[in-house]
Parts: sequence; C-alpha cells; structure tokens
Amino acid sequence: MEPSQNDILLDVKNLKMYFPVTRGVMKRKVAEVKAVDDVSFKLKRGETLGLVGESGCGKTTTGRCILRLYLPTSGQISFEGHDISTLPESKIRPLRRKMSLIFQDPFGSLDPRQSAGSIVGEPLIVQQLVTSRAEYEERVEQLFRVVGLDPGMTDRVPHEFSGGQRQRIGVARALACEPSLIICDEPVSALDVSIQAQVINLLEELQEGLKGLTYFFIAHDLSVVRHISDRVAVMYLGRIVEITDSKTLYENPLHPYTRALLSAVPIADPCVEEKRERIILKGEVPSPLNPPSGCSFHPRCSIATKECSQVIPPLRDVGGGHEVACIRI
Amino acid sequence: MSVLLKVENLKTQFKTDAGLVKAVDGISYHVDEQEIVGLVGESGCGKSVSQLSVMQLIPTPPGKITDGKVIFEGQDLLKFEAKGHEMRSIRGAKIAMIFQEPMTSLNPVLTIGRQLTEMLELHLGMNKKAARERAIELLRLVGISSAESRIDDYPHQFSGGMRQRVMIAIALSCHPRIIIADEPTTALDVTTQAQLLELMKDMVEHFRASLVIVTHNLGVIARYAQRIYIMYAGHIVETGTCKDLFAHPCHPYTIGLLKCIPRLDEEQGKKLVPIVGLPPNLINMPPHCAFIPRCPYSTERCKREPWPELKLIDGQHYAACYADIQEK
Repeated sequence: MEPSQNDILLDVKNLKMYFPVTRGVMKRKVAEVKAVDDVSFKLKRGETLGLVGESGCGKTTTGRCILRLYLPTSGQISFEGHDISTLPESKIRPLRRKMSLIFQDPFGSLDPRQSAGSIVGEPLIVQQLVTSRAEYEERVEQLFRVVGLDPGMTDRVPHEFSGGQRQRIGVARALACEPSLIICDEPVSALDVSIQAQVINLLEELQEGLKGLTYFFIAHDLSVVRHISDRVAVMYLGRIVEITDSKTLYENPLHPYTRALLSAVPIADPCVEEKRERIILKGEVPSPLNPPSGCSFHPRCSIATKECSQVIPPLRDVGGGHEVACIRI
Repeated sequence: MSVLLKVENLKTQFKTDAGLVKAVDGISYHVDEQEIVGLVGESGCGKSVSQLSVMQLIPTPPGKITDGKVIFEGQDLLKFEAKGHEMRSIRGAKIAMIFQEPMTSLNPVLTIGRQLTEMLELHLGMNKKAARERAIELLRLVGISSAESRIDDYPHQFSGGMRQRVMIAIALSCHPRIIIADEPTTALDVTTQAQLLELMKDMVEHFRASLVIVTHNLGVIARYAQRIYIMYAGHIVETGTCKDLFAHPCHPYTIGLLKCIPRLDEEQGKKLVPIVGLPPNLINMPPHCAFIPRCPYSTERCKREPWPELKLIDGQHYAACYADIQEK
C-alpha cells in the first residue's frame, strides 16, 4: 500500500544523549554533558521541520542521533515504523540508504582528492544500487543535472568548485540513494548571502519535485529556518522549548526564549526595525555540564518565578499543535 | 554634523602570482561625527581591505595603497609612514578597530589586563596603577562582571562573546573618535550578537564617537546604522541614508541583495530571488562594471563604457549604474 502524505516518517520519543566527561588514566567518569535531554517530536512525510538554537544547544547532536551516528543514551527513534535507536550497526546500514545528511562546511566535508563524480556516486556503490559501470555513470550525470551542475564537471576535484557549487555536490551526494529523509545541518551558513538563496531554492525545488522528500533542517539563522520550514522547533540547552508552525512562530511566539531569539534577529528594513520591540537577553548560555535547576532558561528569563527553578516544565500543547515548555504561559 | 573622516578615491592592490588584484578600486566615502555608518558587501568585495587601508595595516608587499587620500582631522593619513610615530599615535588612539575573530585578535599569552593597560600606558601615558584602575573601569563598562578578578585572566578563559566585549573595551580605552568594527559579531550567536551590537551602540553614544560597521548582514545595518555604503568588487555601488536606500534601492546589486535574503517577517511560501552567477574574480577585472554577468538590467552601453560613477538620485542617495531603475 502506498503510504499517505500525512503519515509519520520519523517519531522521536524522549531522546536523551549524554556524553560522559572522563578524567585520569582510568577514564573515570566525573560528569555528564546532557547534550540532548528528553526530546520528542514527530516528522511527517514530505514536510520540513526546522530546528533552531544557539551553538551548543544540541541541535547537531539530535540530528546525528537520528542518523544513528551516535548511539543514544535512551529514548526511541522510529523511522518508517522501525525502532532504530537500539539496532546493531550491521542492520543500520541498509536503513541509512533512506536517510542522508548535508553538512555545514562545503570545504571540509568533501574529500579534496576525490573527484566530484565519485563523491556523488560513492553512496550508490556502498549501498549496491547500481549493477554496471554504465548505469553508475548515467546516474551520477543525472544527479549532477538535478542539482544544477554541469555533468561535464564530474572529473573535477572539489577545489575547482566555488562554495555554492560544492554545496550542490553535497546535495547531490545526499540525494544519490533516493532517501526519504535528509538531515540538513546548517547547509547554507558558510555561504555568501547571494549564494544562500540559490541553495535554499534548490532544496525547495527538490522537495516539490520529489514527493515525500522530508527535511530536518538544522540552523541557527532563524529567518532561513522560518523561510524553508513548515514547522519549527526551538531548542535551548538540550531541550525543545517550543514547537509550532512557522507562521505562528513569528506571529505568536509564546516561550520567552523564542521571543528573545526572534527579537535578536534584525530585519533588513529600517522602518520595521524602528517599531520592533527589542528583548536583549542578559548573560550567556549556561554550561550544559552544569545546567540550572528546573527550567534551564530561568536565570535569564524575565518572567521567571521561584517555581521555575524547581520544576522542569513539560512540553504541552496549547492548541493547534503549538507546543511550549513553560509553566508561566 | 561635520565630516570626521573623508576617504577619497582610495585604491589598494595586491600583486599575486595569478595577477594583479584590485581589492579596492577607487572608493570615496565619509564618516560624520557621532554617526553610525554601515559598509556592506559579500566576502571578497574589498570591504575589510578598505578599512585596513585607512588604518595602514595592509601587509606591504604584496599589498599596496596605490592612490587616494584619507583625510582625518585635516591631515592625509596616507602621507604618514605606516610604521611611523604619527600613524601610531592615531591607530588605536583616535581610530580604533574591532576585528571579526575575537578568538585570534587577542594575544593568548598576555592577560586581558596587560592588553588593556598597554594601550593606556602607550597612548595616554598613564602609570601602571592608574592604567589598571582604568582598565577595570572599562571592563565593568562593557559588562564584564567581577572585573577586578577577571582582569588577570587570559583570553582562553573568556567565552567568545566576553572576548568581543574585551575587544570593545580595548577599542574604547583611549576615547577614539572613530571605531571601525569589522564583522564584529559574525562568529557569534544571535542573542550574543544582539547584546554586543546594543553595547557598541550605547558605548559610541556615551563616548561621542562614530562607528563604522563592516558586515554582510543587511539586517544589522537596518537596525543600527544611519547611512550605508554597498560595495561590490572593490567599488561602492550605492550609498544613502538607510531609510532611502532600503525603501528605494537603485542599484541592481542592492535590489538583488534585498530580494535574496529571507526575512523574518515575510509571507509564507514566498520564493527567494537569488542573484544568478558568482561573485567576480578580482584578478584581471574588466574595465567595465563587474556586475554585468549577474545583472538583469545590463545593456550594451554597460559593456562599452567604463565603470559608472556614483550618480545623485536625491538627497544623500547615490547609485553607480547607467540604468535608471526605480523599484519598490
């Protein structure tokens, strides 16, 4: 049976990823970094879920747990109905065909001594998706065309390409196995503004062309995330504090952190800027080694009460799929 | 307001094995007293090189300032030796600079205090004790808590945002007339960026200084600057007050830039219009306008004639384009 457009592609429940901090020759565990702490969300087939937050909040770790590049400490990740959180490595590889990753750095993520064609084609060989040389070459050329690169450039090496073109190679590689989920980890952050739009449009066009292609879009730039995503999750110190559709996120943000984050992003229009309310957060993001008690945002929050330092607020639905983790809302 | 810094026809070139790079090719701009000016462009458009040229911090060779004037307080700074005492007495004291990388622009083997007091002792002739007191005061001013104890810390003991605060303190230490901030917040998170920009704005008001913000982020300029210069391939292509320029951009590049960035307040489902092609290679540039390959308005005339001069639109608004474009 053909799955319907609305079914759940990825269901993450209570995902936790703790990294041990060790000391001494015996690698004695002295502390834990709770990079991802009890994160739950669902991803529908064909939608784009954005994940925003500041550096160190656990966005990338969440993405890597979904791909099972890390073995999560606890929690379930079901992908197309299979729980992949505890699968052994040997059973993961066939499933990885269905999910791929676009990296942030178009300079560091491509092997400088490998030709562009072989970078794009390698997943085809690893996953044994092609049977002959001719089929392989045809497929690589087709992938080059899909992302707007000249198929005549397959023999070139990465340094001969510009930043935007390299990111296109990264996109082509991610598409090679016809995945249903692509995790985009800051795919445009390293690019110039005029080139960013080209890559964003490419990602959008691919999704329109390939029905059912789902993106998990990780970025720190809220305006980019809001532009490309259907829904947006906001993360702070390993937890999701708010998750809603991208229209509501701008028009009616509820969590005080989301509000501060939105107000920190300037809009390229002086007339709009004059009227905007500016919330300047005090202090810095606390260390995830020693996060504050209760709601980890309470030391910087303008509406925090005594209770906020005692209870960890659960993510709850306030209507229309708008979920927020704050006891004061 | 009177003009504080006036740059005329500045040209900076680099000799490389591949050819001559005209990083800055005849730009003119000015900074008024107590004004915040934005200088915007993509990487490699010469915005940083132009600022380093003003400070005479271009490594020579391969770089060379080949032409132009930098008039500051009635003197042409380019007439001074780069390493001479006149330039030294201006650099850091009267024109201060904040660099992009707070990680690398502080000396890792000197304490924060030493890096601050060095400036005070050198430029203002303070003794050690007075300089230390002043340094603590400055650190407190830029929002570093328990400044008395943190003054003896090393840069690695500070976070990125805190290091940039230290940079701001160093820049302010000698009451400069102008602070040049070269991508001051690019490497930092948005909430830290907002904190620091707000701090810089308050500080230049407090010290009655002018601020030049060099950035690729048009939003930052829209929020803080009064006037803006847009740079492309070593030229200034458009300038004006922020209000005029954002409301009626007149150069195809500016129009393109404004259409290709996603805005936080945009309608859902709006498509971005990217600028086609790539930024130009600055080696062996053509004599005509370098934006032609990416320009939807270019005509035969653009290719025939040299790079267009800045042409008055109205008030302080100028654009360097042969085409007559009025877009909302």
